[in-house]
Amino acid sequence: MSLKNQDIDKIARLARLALTESEVPAYVDSLSRILALVGELERADTSQVQPMAHPLPGQRQRLRADEVTASDSHELYQRNAPQVEAGLYLVPRVIE
Amino acid sequence: MTALHELSVAELSQALRTRTVSSVEVASAFLSRIEQHGPGLNAFISILREAALAEAERADARLRAGEAGALIGIPIVHKDIFCTRGEKTTCGSRMLANFVSPYDATVVQRLRAAGVVMLGKTNMDEFAMGSSNETSYFGPVRNPWDLQRVPGGSSGGSAAAVAARLSPAATATDTGGSIRQPAALCGVTGLKPTYGRVSRFGMIAFASSLDQGGLITRSAEDSALLLAAMAGFDERDSTSVELPVPDYAATLEQPLTGLKIGLLKEFFDNGLDVGNAQRIRDALEVLREQGATLREVSLPNLPLSVPTYYVVAPAECSSNLARFDGVRYGYRCENPRDLLDLYQRSRGEGFGPEVKRRIMTGTYVLSAGYYDAYYLKAQRVRALISADFERAFHEVDVVIGPTTPTPAFELGAKTADPVTMYLNDIYTIGANLAGLPAISVPCGLVQGLPVGLQIIGPHFSEPRLFNVAHCYQRETDWHRRAPPGYV
Repeated sequence: MSLKNQDIDKIARLARLALTESEVPAYVDSLSRILALVGELERADTSQVQPMAHPLPGQRQRLRADEVTASDSHELYQRNAPQVEAGLYLVPRVIE
Repeated sequence: MTALHELSVAELSQALRTRTVSSVEVASAFLSRIEQHGPGLNAFISILREAALAEAERADARLRAGEAGALIGIPIVHKDIFCTRGEKTTCGSRMLANFVSPYDATVVQRLRAAGVVMLGKTNMDEFAMGSSNETSYFGPVRNPWDLQRVPGGSSGGSAAAVAARLSPAATATDTGGSIRQPAALCGVTGLKPTYGRVSRFGMIAFASSLDQGGLITRSAEDSALLLAAMAGFDERDSTSVELPVPDYAATLEQPLTGLKIGLLKEFFDNGLDVGNAQRIRDALEVLREQGATLREVSLPNLPLSVPTYYVVAPAECSSNLARFDGVRYGYRCENPRDLLDLYQRSRGEGFGPEVKRRIMTGTYVLSAGYYDAYYLKAQRVRALISADFERAFHEVDVVIGPTTPTPAFELGAKTADPVTMYLNDIYTIGANLAGLPAISVPCGLVQGLPVGLQIIGPHFSEPRLFNVAHCYQRETDWHRRAPPGYV
């Protein structure tokens, strides 16, 4: 499977990654190689196999009671935020 | 008296409890070694001298008060993927270069409660994506056995630190071999527990169905002592398993008589270095002399583990790393034009090349029109590989093979082609896909470089793995050998 520059542009856009023009050719090459590697999976006959999403058989998602267990720590958490004002995260204007 | 840095966790524990030495003295001795050798190896992202000495003083107070815990006052270093309250937690990335965690990972919290003293945070491949520690934003770690060679990855800093006797033990994580491979290349013991055995809470996520926290130590005995404190159910991890934690130390000495070992046929392939293969055969002989029996087992789908992994892991990575948006925490670009520009440039500038490659691979295999062909297909092959292991464990107690195809390679040797780098994990990935516990123990040198023996067992067979590894280490001294220059 060989990708083109436009494919990488599209994937990067979907992944919300800004790439510089000089980065694109290297990703065209390396992602094509990776897709060739994973193409080997076609060799396996999986017609009778259920997909496996979890490595431990029989595990179920646990549920807990719908009760408040955490306390409000937003001030502590927002210390790591790039831009905060009045307890709110600041981003560029979205609605004019 | 033996220098403090040469003592094992078990020996340090004895010395601390008999008050032959204080925790402050132990911490000071290792901190001095970290400050002396750490920078040359680039093994550390943070050295926490003051915090460590304060913790050591508290440990000494507990020891003076007569508390009995085996780990009180034992030093450790944490891979910088584990959140540590009030300290930088970078995950080896520019994205989190200034992130100060508001809480402790469960692993960190449990070890703290057991009285373990944190000396620092170790360097790693960015977001644990790498097999050579060369993708770290903070620069590559060097292998203490040869500074021109890689220590392996992604837990390269943890492995190099333990090998160079800068800490008796380190935490680490393993998604496709990131504990066992660097342990093998640095000549130390690396344990990846069963999926779900150790809490993933506060361990920065890469591929959540594969990630598992574990340990790098010098011996299996030390690993057993520490795992007992780290493992166990945690309601904050939705895949944590509700099973009691066995007394791992109690079964270390069990005789190996009657142990059935499966020799993994697919591991002894053309890619395996002849020197490595010979060291593995020598090690098997040591186990056979203790009463174990050997037979070949075949896992026909195992050769597909690398392609399976490079669909499943990037898919989960692209989803997990979507949380880094430049808004709530982490790197933000300068002067964003609008919200989309903020997302795209913060992520484009904050992530390194390998992380971006994996996010894009994952985005591609999950995108409309490709999901069935790649992601669902890989999950089906994953089931085949898992079933192969299950069949093998009907015949044998453990399977054994090499941890890596070759000893440590030179820095820069595999950075040009990611696929060449990925294939280095060919022997370790199977255990992650099937969620199995596995341990790598040093079993010799090839041209002066360490080689690892890998033992894989059924789910929750950690007691057996420690037992086999310990019986091997009782008869050999490879795990006691320090790299020349770090004796």
